[in-house]
Amino acid sequence: MSVLTAIFALLFYTAIVVLVAGLVAKIRQYARTPAPLKIPTTPAPTTRGGVVARLFREVVLFESLFKGSKWSWLFGWLFHFGLLIVLVRHLRYFTEPIWFAAALVQDIGVYMGFVMLLGLLGLLARRSLVDRLRYISAPSDYLMLALLIAIGGSGLLMKFVARTDIVAVKAFFLGLMRFDWQPLPADALLWIHLLLVAALMIIFPFSKLLHVPGLFFSPTRNQADDPRERRHLAPWAAKLDATRTLGN
Amino acid sequence: MAKAKQEFATPVLADIPIIPAIAPDAMAHSKPFKAKPEHQEPLGFPGELVGNWKEKALDKMGEMLGKYRSLPVFLDACVKCGACTDKCHYYLGTADPKNMPVARQDLLRKVYRRHFTVAGKYFPKLVGAVELSEEVIEDWYKYYHQCSECRRCSVYCPYGIDTAEITMAGREILAHIGVGQKYSNEIIAKVHKIGNNLGLPKPALADTLEGLEEEVQEDIEVDVKYPLDQEGAEVLLVTPSADFFAEPHVDGLIGYGKVFHQAGISWTLSSFASEAANFGIFIGNYENMQKVAMRIRQAALDLGVKRIVVGECGHAWRVAYSFWNTLIGPFDFLDPNYPVPQHVCEFTYDLINRGALKFDKEANDDKVVTFHDSCNVSRASRMGDMPGGQFMIPRALLKAACNHYVDMAPDTIHEHTFCCGGGGGLLTDDLVELRVKGAVPRMEALKKVIDEDGVTHMAAICAICKSQFTKVLPYYGMGMDMIVSVHQLVGDALVMGAEH
Repeated sequence: MSVLTAIFALLFYTAIVVLVAGLVAKIRQYARTPAPLKIPTTPAPTTRGGVVARLFREVVLFESLFKGSKWSWLFGWLFHFGLLIVLVRHLRYFTEPIWFAAALVQDIGVYMGFVMLLGLLGLLARRSLVDRLRYISAPSDYLMLALLIAIGGSGLLMKFVARTDIVAVKAFFLGLMRFDWQPLPADALLWIHLLLVAALMIIFPFSKLLHVPGLFFSPTRNQADDPRERRHLAPWAAKLDATRTLGN
Repeated sequence: MAKAKQEFATPVLADIPIIPAIAPDAMAHSKPFKAKPEHQEPLGFPGELVGNWKEKALDKMGEMLGKYRSLPVFLDACVKCGACTDKCHYYLGTADPKNMPVARQDLLRKVYRRHFTVAGKYFPKLVGAVELSEEVIEDWYKYYHQCSECRRCSVYCPYGIDTAEITMAGREILAHIGVGQKYSNEIIAKVHKIGNNLGLPKPALADTLEGLEEEVQEDIEVDVKYPLDQEGAEVLLVTPSADFFAEPHVDGLIGYGKVFHQAGISWTLSSFASEAANFGIFIGNYENMQKVAMRIRQAALDLGVKRIVVGECGHAWRVAYSFWNTLIGPFDFLDPNYPVPQHVCEFTYDLINRGALKFDKEANDDKVVTFHDSCNVSRASRMGDMPGGQFMIPRALLKAACNHYVDMAPDTIHEHTFCCGGGGGLLTDDLVELRVKGAVPRMEALKKVIDEDGVTHMAAICAICKSQFTKVLPYYGMGMDMIVSVHQLVGDALVMGAEH
């Protein structure tokens, strides 16, 4: 077994541990921090069921972003939807027999790679062309787009230009999952692709990619509009409640 | 110490609203007067800048990150998509990029990243993390007092990030290191001491109400009462103290009295809780907000009322509707058949639906009326049973009382409404340039319906909006008396008599 196989194997073990542990820690922090006051952005649903529907629309349709900026919505939605299909398609490299969902998007998934790239390029153009966006962008904001573009680009190159030994790649990942390492093909494009993916996984819990769990914990979106009907009291506020006075 | 207001040019209103190109530091000179020790200390804040301010500020920030989930979520989640960048009326009116909601958040976020995140600790330049410094504090003070906490940005944010929460946190941290804002803190201290923002003691209040009774008697020859501290009344009315004397607010109060009179429901004001406004929300301080609100619970208990109705006031309605149950509930001592609290518009609307009120709309035929949705009512509360009732009910009242009603452009009303420019604790003369410029989007929308539909009056249900428009309308060549209370129009058209 080559040194590179070992390096990539360890890299992916590290990446998955950092990703999962980092996200668990963040989600735990969000879940444990109370929202002491009712602050849904209204008009808001008055029931829990309504809140679930509102979050569903935010996650799937980007409802608020649609109200806010049609270009961001279009490029953002194309990127996210493309990425989702591409990810589902990639399940074929991790499952044996191949999961139904992965098989289902086998053909369309390839083109979704282009859709994803189109969305990313649109977002990059908007970030670099609009003066307001340039002002609010840090280097990390451009780098994040560059990273995703490089991942998508290297993936598409492997599909259409310099094909990699995908059977061996699958054997490598199945081996990783079974703790029975198999050699990774010697292919620079593949190494770049995998290196960048691992980097993305490691960066995830320390970056703005926290918008993924964040949305579900956002009090302006996940609270029902029912403050008159239900008394809402956070633990630290309940302590104040016991001693509340006019103080005069 | 902040300088007095400087000269500035009133913006020219555009026919088609434009998004201005950024003009860095365009409002870097704008900041309100700082609170003196006598404004700080009654609220439990240090009188002046503390010696170890940096440590104290970071401690406070850490504490708040653990107490308010909105903070870590909002500070982490922003992807800088830019959807909010053209939504703030202060950005649209001043072009200062730090008035873009995301940039305003970044003033706090960059410090959060530096001191509380791994990425900011090790790669500050990469992620735009910045050490807390005197300049940062100065920027916080300036730009957290150029946000009216109106939540318009939160409507468009894909993660619901609400800059109002960040502004409140920024102000809370500042107050705790001794850098408070004079206007809000002085007012809160007055409420703690006397019971209202204006510092009106009971005799002055009684005198004012007596004067109102005489005025109404003279005007319509009906004996409408404006009772004070009447034990055993059915309803306690809590209204912003501006309603007692300011124009056009007082005409709204006159209108409430007519509605109560005509409905035959006994009611009272309280001299102890003579203020619906609660500036505790503006400075983001839970304890002060609770303490201010507690007066109302106390008054309701002491007077033995069965219901609490809240007068026309935007942020007060947010505190009452969204926070009272948390802060001063439960309200198990009140009549469960009515919502607690109830907005005066809900109260009147309910009476109309029950056929208890009759209107002569012709009384308002000299007016073409539009309605300014107040930010806190629109985006932080509700009226009635249905989401969006806060838009429908005030309009239903106006349409019941007026023959001529038109709405402003759809992207400037309902949840998209623009702040008047004076909300969130900024309604002070030391910020007049900001207030005038921040009114631009609303002025443009208003001008359009004046030109196209002949609108003569704009009704509002917020004391701050009413005061702000009275001040800024003349800057744009419009009459200050264009702004009216909803219950003024209701009262003017209400048929008074014994038949109900």
